Amino acid sequence: MTTEYFRWTEYAWKNPDKDWQKADTLVAGIDVGSVSSQAVVLADDEIYCYSNARTGSNSPDSAKNALGMALKDTDIKQENLQFVVGTGYGRVNIPMSNKAITEIACHARGANYMGGPTIRTILDMGGQDLKGIHCDERGKVTQFLMNDKCAAGTGRGMEVMAELLQVPIVDVGQMSLDVEEEPPPVSSTCVIFAKSEAIGLLRKGWTKNMVLAAYCSAMAHRVVGLLERIGIEKDFTITGGISKNIGVTSRILKELKVDSVPLKPDPQIAGALGASVFARDLLLKSRK
Amino acid sequence: MFNRLLRRLVILPGYIANYGYTDGSGDYYIIVDTDKCDGCGKCVEACPQDILEIITDDYDDLVVTVKEEHSKNLKYVCAPCKPVSGPVELKCQIACPSGAITHSW
Ligand code: SF4
Ligand code: SF4
Repeated sequence: MTTEYFRWTEYAWKNPDKDWQKADTLVAGIDVGSVSSQAVVLADDEIYCYSNARTGSNSPDSAKNALGMALKDTDIKQENLQFVVGTGYGRVNIPMSNKAITEIACHARGANYMGGPTIRTILDMGGQDLKGIHCDERGKVTQFLMNDKCAAGTGRGMEVMAELLQVPIVDVGQMSLDVEEEPPPVSSTCVIFAKSEAIGLLRKGWTKNMVLAAYCSAMAHRVVGLLERIGIEKDFTITGGISKNIGVTSRILKELKVDSVPLKPDPQIAGALGASVFARDLLLKSRK
Repeated sequence: MFNRLLRRLVILPGYIANYGYTDGSGDYYIIVDTDKCDGCGKCVEACPQDILEIITDDYDDLVVTVKEEHSKNLKYVCAPCKPVSGPVELKCQIACPSGAITHSW
């Protein structure tokens, strides 16, 4: 079998300290993105369990799969969920959801939940798009910008690069930092051009680490250019899959000269978590 | 109307939406200030390229948005409204009674 370098491991987590049977509200948020899908279950206002899975060929199955993974080690049945909100690019196609909300609103809400009320700027680096979002102290969006024109500088672009250089995708960030000197960024973040440029650089004798460094800094530079349009207000944080690539994030922070607030437990669940917080609000509102 | 205004001012201010993209040649964004937009639809009717639509947003307000399939090629779809020389008068902007729409280019 050939190695698939772009593969990352799917995972699920369950809160050991919480008994969902005692919770007054039990709701879920499901985020079906272009590359990965997440599900978060909220018992009252605490995260009960969550998952991060690869998106399959269609949204309904991907949603089912993500929710199934999150519930796997619990005794919660789908019928126990009192309200479900769907978000992400496949949101209109999630059969078990009671309402669809855009990922922009959900990411802001999720980042606010994890990072606290001081978060003002969120950079979401997803599988196929980039978003810059400003929000207020309650996690309500005050400005946003979305860029999905091409896969450049996104998770998908990174996957292509990992595959080309035959480097496991989770190692890309660290490897790109293990260089003696920062090489100039590749001139193009467009997946197609960057690929041929990378091949050229390898031929010239560049190490894999140097090519990765050049690619990560090109990506960081592109993201910073995008964010300049809406500006950075502190506190700043990064969500989405690429937020786990230290090679890209450290270069973004360096260029922007800001720190980012770490999101616990997981910056990749911000969308699904935000959706679950909306679900709880909507449920409580419907009871009144 | 009054309710709506009150909600906007006191409880739920709107947001600024940037639809579009940045590419090698520049920034192409249509910017909607949802505090000013009440979803009346006049701009939708005025746009000769039919790229705008009215939606109910996440916070249950009627607002205008750029259709998704057009937000990736604004430079080209809006080109007929933007002569290379002479004054630029965009039909969407003229139609809007509250000045909610701006363009970045
Ligand atoms: S500039 Fe012209 S084509 Fe573009 S949105 Fe306005 S009216 Fe429509
Ligand atoms: S004309 Fe102005 S207020 Fe009316 S929908 Fe368009 S942007 Fe909104």
